[in-house]
Amino acid sequence: MPEATAAYDSKVEGNVIITRVDAAINWMRKNSLWPMPMGLACCAIELMAAGAARFDIARFGAEVMRFSPRQSDVMIVAGTVTYKMALAVQRIWDQMPEPKWCIAMGACASSGGMYRSYSVLQGIDQLLPVDVYISGCPPRPEALLEGLMKLQRKINGESSLMDQKRVLIESFS
Amino acid sequence: MALSDSIAALEAKFQVLSKNEFRGETALTVRREDIVEICRFCKESLGFDYLLDICSVDNFGEEPRFEVVYELSKVMENEHLRLKLTVSEDEPSVASISDIWPTANWHEREIYDMMGITFTGHPDLRRILMWEGYPYYPLRKDFPLGGKQSDVPDVAFTKAAPLEGGPFVTTPTTATTKDREPRARRMDD
Repeated sequence: MPEATAAYDSKVEGNVIITRVDAAINWMRKNSLWPMPMGLACCAIELMAAGAARFDIARFGAEVMRFSPRQSDVMIVAGTVTYKMALAVQRIWDQMPEPKWCIAMGACASSGGMYRSYSVLQGIDQLLPVDVYISGCPPRPEALLEGLMKLQRKINGESSLMDQKRVLIESFS
Repeated sequence: MALSDSIAALEAKFQVLSKNEFRGETALTVRREDIVEICRFCKESLGFDYLLDICSVDNFGEEPRFEVVYELSKVMENEHLRLKLTVSEDEPSVASISDIWPTANWHEREIYDMMGITFTGHPDLRRILMWEGYPYYPLRKDFPLGGKQSDVPDVAFTKAAPLEGGPFVTTPTTATTKDREPRARRMDD
């Protein structure tokens, strides 16, 4: 006569995590931010350095530089945005799927920087909603990583489902 | 052939309005109508095989307003000759030399883009840095540094940049670092 097996499997307890949906989604989003590297000037060199072995942006899950906007989550505007380039940057931003974030890396992308000039857009925030501004000319890779961590903290505080829904509704209306 | 021989040959064949020597460099001011013939003569007879640059100067407030400067060079002999001509604002137009030196093509496009001087006979006179439809010539002296508003739908727009008290200038001086700081000095100080 076989031993009666219990319907309750005690081992399953270790495999279940109880959490909020928001927390789970935010955790997934913030740890795999795929950047769209909008490298326009010298800041892009520091962006490359941040991606290389010494600073290793992969430690924060953002090493997958997607040169296709449709596969990326965060646009890192690294460099001087001229008026000639500005609408191209906006078009690439419009091609990125929601949810998406924007980092303005360096003085030029944040405010036009030293280029108080007829040819330079005075900050990419005139066209896109910027989440994180990074100071510096150009910023060190550490500063970019700090900005990325700031963005991760910001994502952590979002109510992901509600925000998502609002954007979705706005896109329908 | 030394540079002085080249200059003598030029002066014999063409009308040279003025000649200026400064630190071993010679600049000849010539008539605007002659520039194509002079350039062809310089290349084919005098051996100036390399056009270094063409640039333009805006002497705002003077008449004629513009100057166009041609930098000619012989690569092997290391000779350098500068040709200048003046262009009035009423008729800002010079004959193109892009069929003599092909490199003149882009130099002339840049002058057209930035200064608004047209080049007759140019094969492809489009703007080179700004976009087609931009209504101003930004390197003219009466154009503000911060720019002006413009809009070409779906191509590009511009707004005037906030200068916040600038433009700030720096000049050589023996003053302290604090006084030398460009931000401390305005253009009209």
